[in-house]
Amino acid sequence: MRLPDKTSTMSEAVAHITDGATVMLGGFGVPGTPFSLIRELVRQGQTGLTIIKNDANEKGMGVDHLLANGQVARLITTHIGLNPRAVAMMNAGEIEVEFCAQGILAERVRAGGAGLAGIVTDIAMETELANGKMRIEVKGAAGMVETALTADVALIHAARADVFGNLGYDATARNFNPLMAMAAGRVIAEAETVLPLGGLEPDAVHTPGPFVDHVVAMAGISEEYEIVRR
Amino acid sequence: MTARAAREIAPGMVVNLGIGLPTKVVDHLAADFPVCLHTENGLSGIGPTLAPEHADRNLIDAGGAYVSTVPGSAFFDSAVSFALVRSGRLDLTMLGAFEVAETGDLANWKIPGRFSPGAGGGIELAQKARRVVVLTTHVDRDGVPKLRRACTLPVTARRCVDRVFTDMAVIDVTRAGFVLRELAEGVSFADVAAATDAPLARPKGEIPRF
Repeated sequence: MRLPDKTSTMSEAVAHITDGATVMLGGFGVPGTPFSLIRELVRQGQTGLTIIKNDANEKGMGVDHLLANGQVARLITTHIGLNPRAVAMMNAGEIEVEFCAQGILAERVRAGGAGLAGIVTDIAMETELANGKMRIEVKGAAGMVETALTADVALIHAARADVFGNLGYDATARNFNPLMAMAAGRVIAEAETVLPLGGLEPDAVHTPGPFVDHVVAMAGISEEYEIVRR
Repeated sequence: MTARAAREIAPGMVVNLGIGLPTKVVDHLAADFPVCLHTENGLSGIGPTLAPEHADRNLIDAGGAYVSTVPGSAFFDSAVSFALVRSGRLDLTMLGAFEVAETGDLANWKIPGRFSPGAGGGIELAQKARRVVVLTTHVDRDGVPKLRRACTLPVTARRCVDRVFTDMAVIDVTRAGFVLRELAEGVSFADVAAATDAPLARPKGEIPRF
């Protein structure tokens, strides 16, 4: 027996994204954001996208290219304060933005990846983020339902992958990546290093290969991945 | 203020320091002080902040500062990071504020029409940390008191703030409202009361200085 090889070119993998698709993007700020896959998505130009990502990156980086190129219809996120374009487009009604508490976004994605319909929580129940959400009492405590999130495609950044799609992340580049890698119908991972089978020790695997559909070797570490000098 | 707030951190605590003023509190902790600093983006055991030339591109805190690890640090995903917060493992969080109400309500994430970037992880920190302290200037740039009877801005969480450190005073939020605990050097009770838009109780005896 031999585990299958899922390596793909960047353009072939990203071509699976259709107009109007829901796309999850890993990353918290720079670390873990799949900048190379996003660049290819900008080059291919699919439109009407719903983007699910913790943040909107900063000017000239990642999500900002998708916004500038008019590809985003809707953004589900926790904080966009570092991207003035995202804030301006939201205020002008050019994109629809749904805000979510950060850990609840993580749990909604995890629930989606775990085949659950949603979660029950008391987080943000007394804020405007609770508007329109179903209230429910569980074991005598008040809660509300947060629906699970899934996507058509997840774009993931890994430090290491093997050709089967086992992934390993570095430091705080892990963040939403392993959660989103479970929650999409098609999971595309870019990796800084692609190893042969056996190149990742089983205990060093953060995302197991069965969740991953395509492994794309990055051409290199472009400027977007590097230290931001503010 | 940040030096005084640093004394709020007890040995052995797990602590999350919010963006802004609270981040500076860590400068007042001794290098060998036993504490575990947590950041939302997936690190327990934050080490010193690094200059760009020494930074790891994959190692930041939730505010985007390049940080480091210490012996015993751990990385984890965003779900684990907030499991830690919501399940009561976070002993203390220090947050900034636009407004704090005498009931302990906190507003620090949105000014309708002017500032609406989203709350990030702030709601869970405010709602679920075992102890919530606020670090803020006593009044805003226009001189308007930040400590009030009720918040006028959208709240982050209700009845969550335990203590407020300002440039003028240390004030506890109790069931009976704001209670003065300490005064900054050169500031009188009357000064603080005048800069507070809610009743301020004054305990008997001399008020300690910080």
